[in-house]
Amino acid sequence: MPAAPRERSARAALDTVMDPELDEPITDLGFVRSVTVTPGGGITVRLRLPTSFCSPNFAYLMASDAKDALTALPWTRRVVVLLDDHHDSELINRGLAADAGYRGTFGAEAEKDLEALRLTFRRKAHTAAMERALTGLLRANPDLTEEDLHGVVLGDLPGTAATHALLRRRAALGLGVAPTDPALVDEDGRRFPPGEIPLRLRFARAVRVSIDGNAHFCRGLLRTRYPESAADQSPRAGEPVPAGGLLPVTVAPKETVQ
Amino acid sequence: MYSKDGENYFIVDAHVALWDARPENQLNIHGKQFIDCFYDYHRNLSPASELWPYEEYLYYGGERLMKDLFVDGYVDHAIFQPARLGAFYRNGFGQTEEAFALTRRHPDKLTYNHSWDPRYEQKGLDRLRRDAERFQLKGVKLYTAEWKGDSRGYKLDDPWTYRYLEVCQELGITNIHIHKGPTIRPLDRDAFDVADVDKAATRFPELNFVVEHCGLPRLEDFCWIATQEPNVHAGLAVAMPFIHSRPRYFAQIIGELLYWLDEDRIQFSSDYALWTPRWLVERFVDFQIPADMTEYEPITVAQKKKILGLNAAALYGIEVPAGLGVAEPAVA
Repeated sequence: MPAAPRERSARAALDTVMDPELDEPITDLGFVRSVTVTPGGGITVRLRLPTSFCSPNFAYLMASDAKDALTALPWTRRVVVLLDDHHDSELINRGLAADAGYRGTFGAEAEKDLEALRLTFRRKAHTAAMERALTGLLRANPDLTEEDLHGVVLGDLPGTAATHALLRRRAALGLGVAPTDPALVDEDGRRFPPGEIPLRLRFARAVRVSIDGNAHFCRGLLRTRYPESAADQSPRAGEPVPAGGLLPVTVAPKETVQ
Repeated sequence: MYSKDGENYFIVDAHVALWDARPENQLNIHGKQFIDCFYDYHRNLSPASELWPYEEYLYYGGERLMKDLFVDGYVDHAIFQPARLGAFYRNGFGQTEEAFALTRRHPDKLTYNHSWDPRYEQKGLDRLRRDAERFQLKGVKLYTAEWKGDSRGYKLDDPWTYRYLEVCQELGITNIHIHKGPTIRPLDRDAFDVADVDKAATRFPELNFVVEHCGLPRLEDFCWIATQEPNVHAGLAVAMPFIHSRPRYFAQIIGELLYWLDEDRIQFSSDYALWTPRWLVERFVDFQIPADMTEYEPITVAQKKKILGLNAAALYGIEVPAGLGVAEPAVA
């Protein structure tokens, strides 16, 4: 396969790698700095993050997921994933090269593996997607009350992007996706008692605000830190482009920390 | 004091710093990375007219601080919340002696909060007693993500932290500010986790726990805890500047905080010198929840007065001049 299709195939594989906290692909966020393929099937991917101090656990998770996704492609041979400009770059890059795993990379402070953290954020992503879909439904149907959401099933939701996103989040958690399945459920797929519906919707809203806000913050910081990353970022799904745009970066780029 | 449309607002900036991040004070690459990260926050979230050159941002000194806060910034009283960051800076990041000297010269305008680290165990505890007396401490700022040796941080419910909190209670250091936000210590123990605040707040009901950055990006966990613990407060450091770049998102944060907490437990802060207070105060007074966000009530003038100053004044016993309060007491 020539290089261009291979690069496309590599980027498509990276589209499946999510920032667990922001619930978005690392490609859309602009975290993929470069993809270099060689004729022999070697591939080097460099990742960049919004600050030097982004959580090492999330950084490791994304970098190792990227390595797994690229290794799974039929044409790749030697896969190198490098994280640039992070306070733990050296440690993480060494750990990735040796396939040392999270505990093997971080040693004493890494008491458990990352699966529990990943699950926590999958659940948050589901809660936020549920709030987006149900708040959309409430806005579109002024006669519908929050209490009525108890009876709403997936089949009642319109065929919008918010609904499709909710179905994907439910599938990722192993929750039901049948049209007759209730829409407002907890992380195990259980309905809430009718009296709790407004409170649960409200809590789901706080989760959604939190994730959305963090996404604004991280996307903005990445563009501030790496002005060229703006071209790589796709608009956050379901969000209008902000009026007035963002602060133009007028300060001379500082020296890159390696 | 800030006046607009016939209303007067008493301003307490509850989170300011006097830092030194110049290269000669940087201990290692992390010292540079840390201030560069702050500078990116500054560049990312400030209006273009409020941008500082990088060199000035590294160190600005007391004179400029006084001007930015009190001459240009409408602030009536400001509270130092220093981060030590001894693993990154030779002489610490927050400048203890310089800041304290400034509070001695302007006791009506400035309050000095200090920091402690429970990993210094008994030695640090003895130090805390001396510091409390010298600085007349009413509050402390805890940076739980501080590096120390191999450790990337501590928790509020660690046994030694509890001993320090007991001593705070004994010495009348009633305001415990905790950095919970974008952080640097993370590994598998999630550093943004605010669960340790919940435990400490239950254990020490006489202390006030002010969660800086209101738990972002764990707003929902913070709100859930604050709803149940009446001594948990929200500090708006880092949340405030979204009023410029993301006003709708700012509306959602304020809307959620007012819903889950109440108007008496939210505190304004510029997080100076990350941002200067002038434009934040002006915009907050002008701010309103967008009409299409029907899930939130409009924010009232009385609520703005409490958030901008009266709430922090109540926690710190700062006298509010006659006529600058609101009709009902700020804190019950």
